[in-house]
Amino acid sequence: MSDQAAAAVHEEGHNPALLHHFAEPEQQRDAASLGMWVFLATELMFFGGMFCAYLIYRLKYFGDFAAASSTLNTALGATNTGVLICSSLTVVLAVWVAQTARRTLLITSLILTLILGCAFLGIKGVEYHDKFVEHHVPGPSFSFENEPIPGHPGQFANPNHAQIYFALYFIMTGLHAVHMIIGIGIFVWLLTLAWKRRLTPEYNTPVEIGGLYWHFVDIVWIYLFPLLYLIDKHK
Amino acid sequence: MSAHSTSSPLKTYVTIWAALLVGTYVTYRVAFLDLGPFNAAVALTIATIKATLVALFFMHVKGASDKMIKVVVISAIFFLLLLLILSMADFGTRSWS
Repeated sequence: MSDQAAAAVHEEGHNPALLHHFAEPEQQRDAASLGMWVFLATELMFFGGMFCAYLIYRLKYFGDFAAASSTLNTALGATNTGVLICSSLTVVLAVWVAQTARRTLLITSLILTLILGCAFLGIKGVEYHDKFVEHHVPGPSFSFENEPIPGHPGQFANPNHAQIYFALYFIMTGLHAVHMIIGIGIFVWLLTLAWKRRLTPEYNTPVEIGGLYWHFVDIVWIYLFPLLYLIDKHK
Repeated sequence: MSAHSTSSPLKTYVTIWAALLVGTYVTYRVAFLDLGPFNAAVALTIATIKATLVALFFMHVKGASDKMIKVVVISAIFFLLLLLILSMADFGTRSWS
Protein backbone atom coordinates (compact mmCIF):
# COMPACT_ATOMS: atom_id res chain seq x y z
CA MET A 1 0.00 0.00 0.00
CA SER A 2 2.67 2.48 1.02
CA ASP A 3 4.76 1.37 -1.93
CA GLN A 4 1.88 2.07 -4.24
CA ALA A 5 1.35 5.50 -2.70
CA ALA A 6 5.05 6.24 -2.98
CA ALA A 7 5.02 5.13 -6.59
CA ALA A 8 2.02 7.34 -7.30
CA VAL A 9 3.78 10.31 -5.72
CA HIS A 10 6.89 9.55 -7.70
CA GLU A 11 4.93 9.16 -10.90
CA GLU A 12 3.26 12.52 -10.46
CA GLY A 13 6.57 14.03 -9.41
CA HIS A 14 7.15 14.79 -13.10
CA ASN A 15 4.59 17.56 -12.92
CA PRO A 16 6.28 20.46 -11.11
CA ALA A 17 2.94 22.25 -10.77
CA LEU A 18 1.41 19.46 -8.65
CA LEU A 19 1.84 20.14 -4.95
CA HIS A 20 2.89 17.10 -2.94
CA HIS A 21 -0.24 17.00 -0.77
CA PHE A 22 -2.54 16.44 -3.76
CA ALA A 23 -2.93 13.03 -5.37
CA GLU A 24 -3.57 14.28 -8.88
CA PRO A 25 -3.88 17.58 -10.81
CA GLU A 26 -7.65 17.23 -11.02
CA GLN A 27 -7.93 17.16 -7.24
CA GLN A 28 -5.63 20.16 -6.90
CA ARG A 29 -7.69 22.08 -9.43
CA ASP A 30 -10.99 21.21 -7.71
CA ALA A 31 -9.59 22.27 -4.33
CA ALA A 32 -8.51 25.65 -5.73
CA SER A 33 -11.88 26.22 -7.42
CA LEU A 34 -13.78 25.24 -4.30
CA GLY A 35 -11.68 27.61 -2.20
CA MET A 36 -12.45 30.44 -4.62
CA TRP A 37 -16.17 29.63 -4.52
CA VAL A 38 -16.18 29.70 -0.72
CA PHE A 39 -14.47 33.10 -0.88
CA LEU A 40 -17.09 34.29 -3.39
CA ALA A 41 -19.82 33.09 -1.00
CA THR A 42 -18.39 35.41 1.67
CA GLU A 43 -18.22 38.19 -0.93
CA LEU A 44 -21.89 37.61 -1.74
CA MET A 45 -22.80 38.09 1.92
CA PHE A 46 -20.53 41.17 2.06
CA PHE A 47 -22.30 42.85 -0.86
CA GLY A 48 -25.61 41.38 0.33
CA GLY A 49 -25.55 43.54 3.45
CA MET A 50 -25.29 46.65 1.31
CA PHE A 51 -28.02 45.50 -1.03
CA CYS A 52 -30.20 44.92 2.03
CA ALA A 53 -29.53 48.45 3.32
CA TYR A 54 -30.32 49.78 -0.14
CA LEU A 55 -33.59 47.83 -0.30
CA ILE A 56 -34.79 49.09 3.09
CA TYR A 57 -34.06 52.75 2.34
CA ARG A 58 -35.39 52.55 -1.18
CA LEU A 59 -38.76 51.30 0.10
CA LYS A 60 -38.74 53.93 2.83
CA TYR A 61 -37.73 56.93 0.69
CA PHE A 62 -38.91 55.81 -2.73
CA GLY A 63 -39.57 59.22 -4.31
CA ASP A 64 -36.33 60.73 -2.98
CA PHE A 65 -34.37 57.77 -4.35
CA ALA A 66 -36.05 58.15 -7.75
CA ALA A 67 -35.19 61.87 -7.81
CA ALA A 68 -31.57 61.20 -6.83
CA SER A 69 -31.26 58.30 -9.29
CA SER A 70 -32.53 60.48 -12.15
CA THR A 71 -29.41 62.68 -11.84
CA LEU A 72 -27.15 59.76 -12.82
CA ASN A 73 -25.92 59.40 -16.37
CA THR A 74 -27.89 56.34 -17.53
CA ALA A 75 -26.12 56.17 -20.91
CA LEU A 76 -22.71 55.88 -19.22
CA GLY A 77 -24.07 53.30 -16.79
CA ALA A 78 -25.50 51.19 -19.62
CA THR A 79 -22.24 51.52 -21.57
CA ASN A 80 -20.32 50.31 -18.54
CA THR A 81 -22.62 47.30 -18.23
CA GLY A 82 -21.82 46.43 -21.85
CA VAL A 83 -18.08 46.95 -21.23
CA LEU A 84 -18.15 44.55 -18.26
CA ILE A 85 -20.13 41.93 -20.20
CA CYS A 86 -17.57 42.10 -23.02
CA SER A 87 -14.77 41.73 -20.46
CA SER A 88 -16.50 38.63 -19.09
CA LEU A 89 -16.41 37.18 -22.61
CA THR A 90 -12.66 37.86 -22.96
CA VAL A 91 -12.10 36.31 -19.51
CA VAL A 92 -13.97 33.13 -20.35
CA LEU A 93 -12.03 32.96 -23.63
CA ALA A 94 -8.77 33.33 -21.67
CA VAL A 95 -9.78 30.45 -19.38
CA TRP A 96 -10.61 28.35 -22.42
CA VAL A 97 -7.43 29.00 -24.44
CA ALA A 98 -5.26 28.56 -21.33
CA GLN A 99 -6.41 24.93 -21.23
CA THR A 100 -5.19 24.34 -24.77
CA ALA A 101 -1.81 26.11 -24.67
CA ARG A 102 -2.61 28.84 -27.15
CA ARG A 103 -0.23 31.41 -25.66
CA THR A 104 -0.78 34.25 -28.15
CA LEU A 105 -4.55 33.99 -27.82
CA LEU A 106 -4.24 33.81 -24.04
CA ILE A 107 -2.11 36.95 -23.90
CA THR A 108 -4.49 38.72 -26.31
CA SER A 109 -7.54 37.81 -24.18
CA LEU A 110 -5.83 38.94 -20.99
CA ILE A 111 -4.77 42.27 -22.52
CA LEU A 112 -8.30 42.83 -23.90
CA THR A 113 -9.70 42.12 -20.42
CA LEU A 114 -7.32 44.67 -18.90
CA ILE A 115 -8.27 47.28 -21.51
CA LEU A 116 -11.99 46.72 -20.86
CA GLY A 117 -11.45 46.81 -17.08
CA CYS A 118 -9.60 50.11 -17.34
CA ALA A 119 -12.29 51.46 -19.68
CA PHE A 120 -14.91 50.64 -17.05
CA LEU A 121 -12.95 52.47 -14.36
CA GLY A 122 -12.36 55.42 -16.70
CA ILE A 123 -16.08 55.79 -17.41
CA LYS A 124 -16.80 55.40 -13.70
CA GLY A 125 -14.27 58.16 -13.02
CA VAL A 126 -16.10 60.48 -15.43
CA GLU A 127 -19.37 59.75 -13.59
CA TYR A 128 -17.77 60.37 -10.19
CA HIS A 129 -16.31 63.63 -11.52
CA ASP A 130 -19.77 64.80 -12.59
CA LYS A 131 -21.18 63.97 -9.16
CA PHE A 132 -18.41 65.99 -7.46
CA VAL A 133 -19.06 68.94 -9.78
CA GLU A 134 -22.81 68.78 -9.01
CA HIS A 135 -22.17 68.60 -5.23
CA HIS A 136 -23.93 65.24 -5.06
CA VAL A 137 -21.20 63.67 -2.92
CA PRO A 138 -22.41 63.13 0.66
CA GLY A 139 -20.71 65.43 3.12
CA PRO A 140 -20.60 69.12 4.13
CA SER A 141 -20.79 70.36 0.52
CA PHE A 142 -23.73 68.13 -0.39
CA SER A 143 -26.52 70.02 -2.11
CA PHE A 144 -29.75 68.63 -3.52
CA GLU A 145 -32.23 71.52 -3.41
CA ASN A 146 -35.40 71.78 -5.49
CA GLU A 147 -34.94 68.47 -7.29
CA PRO A 148 -38.36 67.27 -8.48
CA ILE A 149 -39.64 63.81 -7.60
CA PRO A 150 -40.44 61.95 -10.86
CA GLY A 151 -44.18 61.47 -11.31
CA HIS A 152 -45.11 63.93 -8.54
CA PRO A 153 -45.35 67.46 -10.03
CA GLY A 154 -44.66 70.21 -7.53
CA GLN A 155 -43.00 67.88 -5.01
CA PHE A 156 -39.31 68.10 -4.27
CA ALA A 157 -36.95 65.50 -2.87
CA ASN A 158 -35.83 65.69 0.75
CA PRO A 159 -32.06 66.41 0.50
CA ASN A 160 -31.33 64.30 3.58
CA HIS A 161 -33.01 61.27 2.09
CA ALA A 162 -31.34 61.88 -1.27
CA GLN A 163 -28.02 61.99 0.58
CA ILE A 164 -28.67 58.45 1.84
CA TYR A 165 -29.14 57.37 -1.77
CA PHE A 166 -25.85 58.97 -2.80
CA ALA A 167 -24.06 57.49 0.21
CA LEU A 168 -25.27 54.02 -0.86
CA TYR A 169 -24.41 54.83 -4.49
CA PHE A 170 -20.83 55.78 -3.64
CA ILE A 171 -20.27 52.93 -1.17
CA MET A 172 -21.69 50.26 -3.48
CA THR A 173 -20.13 51.45 -6.74
CA GLY A 174 -16.94 52.41 -4.85
CA LEU A 175 -16.53 48.94 -3.35
CA HIS A 176 -17.34 47.48 -6.75
CA ALA A 177 -14.62 49.70 -8.26
CA VAL A 178 -12.15 48.54 -5.57
CA HIS A 179 -12.95 44.97 -6.62
CA MET A 180 -12.34 45.96 -10.24
CA ILE A 181 -8.94 47.44 -9.32
CA ILE A 182 -8.02 44.22 -7.47
CA GLY A 183 -9.26 42.24 -10.49
CA ILE A 184 -7.04 44.29 -12.81
CA GLY A 185 -4.10 43.55 -10.48
CA ILE A 186 -4.88 39.83 -10.68
CA PHE A 187 -5.04 39.97 -14.47
CA VAL A 188 -1.72 41.85 -14.70
CA TRP A 189 -0.25 39.00 -12.64
CA LEU A 190 -1.88 36.42 -14.95
CA LEU A 191 -0.44 38.28 -17.93
CA THR A 192 3.09 38.04 -16.50
CA LEU A 193 2.55 34.31 -15.82
CA ALA A 194 1.40 33.81 -19.41
CA TRP A 195 4.29 35.91 -20.69
CA LYS A 196 6.82 33.80 -18.76
CA ARG A 197 5.18 30.62 -20.12
CA ARG A 198 4.23 29.49 -16.62
CA LEU A 199 0.67 28.58 -17.65
CA THR A 200 0.32 25.22 -19.34
CA PRO A 201 -2.59 22.93 -20.25
CA GLU A 202 -1.61 20.95 -17.11
CA TYR A 203 -1.49 24.00 -14.86
CA ASN A 204 -3.77 26.97 -15.54
CA THR A 205 -5.65 27.16 -12.25
CA PRO A 206 -4.71 30.84 -11.69
CA VAL A 207 -6.57 31.83 -14.87
CA GLU A 208 -9.59 29.79 -13.85
CA ILE A 209 -9.96 31.16 -10.33
CA GLY A 210 -9.00 34.69 -11.43
CA GLY A 211 -11.78 34.34 -13.99
CA LEU A 212 -14.26 33.27 -11.30
CA TYR A 213 -13.46 36.44 -9.36
CA TRP A 214 -13.87 38.64 -12.43
CA HIS A 215 -17.26 37.09 -13.31
CA PHE A 216 -18.47 37.58 -9.74
CA VAL A 217 -17.62 41.29 -9.91
CA ASP A 218 -19.51 41.40 -13.21
CA ILE A 219 -22.58 39.82 -11.54
CA VAL A 220 -22.51 42.48 -8.79
CA TRP A 221 -22.61 45.18 -11.45
CA ILE A 222 -25.46 43.39 -13.28
CA TYR A 223 -27.55 44.09 -10.16
CA LEU A 224 -26.12 47.52 -9.35
CA PHE A 225 -26.98 48.94 -12.77
CA PRO A 226 -30.80 48.54 -12.67
CA LEU A 227 -31.02 49.21 -8.92
CA LEU A 228 -29.04 52.46 -8.93
CA TYR A 229 -29.59 53.89 -12.42
CA LEU A 230 -33.06 52.82 -13.50
CA ILE A 231 -35.44 53.86 -10.70
CA ASP A 232 -38.74 55.22 -12.03
CA LYS A 233 -37.31 56.18 -15.41
CA HIS A 234 -40.75 55.99 -17.02
CA LYS A 235 -42.22 58.85 -15.00
CA MET B 1 -13.15 22.32 -16.15
CA SER B 2 -13.82 21.69 -19.83
CA ALA B 3 -11.67 18.56 -19.90
CA HIS B 4 -14.85 16.52 -20.21
CA SER B 5 -16.21 18.39 -23.22
CA THR B 6 -14.65 17.67 -26.56
CA SER B 7 -16.57 20.15 -28.71
CA SER B 8 -15.58 23.79 -28.91
CA PRO B 9 -17.34 25.91 -26.27
CA LEU B 10 -16.74 29.06 -28.32
CA LYS B 11 -20.26 29.05 -29.76
CA THR B 12 -21.77 28.78 -26.26
CA TYR B 13 -19.65 31.64 -24.94
CA VAL B 14 -20.53 33.97 -27.81
CA THR B 15 -24.24 33.07 -27.53
CA ILE B 16 -24.26 33.81 -23.78
CA TRP B 17 -22.37 37.06 -24.37
CA ALA B 18 -24.96 38.12 -26.97
CA ALA B 19 -27.80 37.14 -24.61
CA LEU B 20 -26.25 39.25 -21.84
CA LEU B 21 -25.97 42.28 -24.13
CA VAL B 22 -29.58 41.82 -25.28
CA GLY B 23 -30.61 41.53 -21.63
CA THR B 24 -28.87 44.81 -20.82
CA TYR B 25 -30.58 46.53 -23.76
CA VAL B 26 -33.99 45.13 -22.74
CA THR B 27 -33.49 46.27 -19.09
CA TYR B 28 -32.61 49.73 -20.33
CA ARG B 29 -35.60 50.02 -22.66
CA VAL B 30 -38.13 48.44 -20.29
CA ALA B 31 -37.15 50.98 -17.61
CA PHE B 32 -38.76 53.69 -19.74
CA LEU B 33 -42.08 51.82 -20.10
CA ASP B 34 -44.75 52.29 -17.47
CA LEU B 35 -45.40 48.86 -16.01
CA GLY B 36 -47.03 50.17 -12.87
CA PRO B 37 -45.59 48.42 -9.81
CA PHE B 38 -43.77 45.84 -11.93
CA ASN B 39 -40.84 47.95 -13.21
CA ALA B 40 -38.51 46.93 -10.39
CA ALA B 41 -39.66 43.29 -10.55
CA VAL B 42 -38.97 43.08 -14.29
CA ALA B 43 -35.55 44.75 -13.88
CA LEU B 44 -34.57 42.35 -11.09
CA THR B 45 -35.87 39.32 -13.03
CA ILE B 46 -33.74 40.23 -16.05
CA ALA B 47 -30.73 40.87 -13.79
CA THR B 48 -31.22 37.46 -12.16
CA ILE B 49 -31.45 35.74 -15.53
CA LYS B 50 -28.23 37.48 -16.60
CA ALA B 51 -26.46 36.56 -13.35
CA THR B 52 -27.60 32.94 -13.72
CA LEU B 53 -26.25 32.79 -17.27
CA VAL B 54 -22.89 34.15 -16.12
CA ALA B 55 -22.70 31.67 -13.22
CA LEU B 56 -23.80 28.62 -15.22
CA PHE B 57 -21.84 29.14 -18.43
CA PHE B 58 -18.99 31.60 -17.74
CA MET B 59 -18.22 30.37 -14.22
CA HIS B 60 -18.91 26.77 -15.31
CA VAL B 61 -21.29 25.88 -12.50
CA LYS B 62 -23.14 23.89 -15.16
CA GLY B 63 -21.07 20.79 -15.77
CA ALA B 64 -18.81 21.36 -12.76
CA SER B 65 -17.16 18.05 -11.95
CA ASP B 66 -16.99 18.90 -8.25
CA LYS B 67 -20.47 18.72 -6.66
CA MET B 68 -19.19 20.67 -3.67
CA ILE B 69 -19.13 23.78 -5.87
CA LYS B 70 -22.88 23.47 -6.45
CA VAL B 71 -23.38 23.01 -2.70
CA VAL B 72 -21.42 26.21 -2.00
CA VAL B 73 -23.32 28.18 -4.66
CA ILE B 74 -26.73 27.04 -3.44
CA SER B 75 -25.92 27.69 0.23
CA ALA B 76 -24.52 31.14 -0.59
CA ILE B 77 -27.75 32.07 -2.39
CA PHE B 78 -29.81 30.55 0.44
CA PHE B 79 -28.08 32.66 3.09
CA LEU B 80 -28.32 35.79 0.93
CA LEU B 81 -32.07 35.25 0.57
CA LEU B 82 -32.31 34.60 4.32
CA LEU B 83 -30.61 37.95 4.95
CA LEU B 84 -32.84 39.85 2.52
CA ILE B 85 -36.18 38.14 3.23
CA LEU B 86 -35.93 38.19 7.03
CA SER B 87 -34.80 41.83 7.02
CA MET B 88 -37.63 42.84 4.72
CA ALA B 89 -40.15 40.81 6.75
CA ASP B 90 -39.06 42.90 9.72
CA PHE B 91 -39.00 46.35 8.10
CA GLY B 92 -42.05 45.63 5.94
CA THR B 93 -44.26 44.88 8.94
CA ARG B 94 -43.22 47.74 11.24
CA SER B 95 -46.56 49.49 11.40
CA TRP B 96 -45.36 51.72 14.25
CA SER B 97 -42.50 53.40 12.36
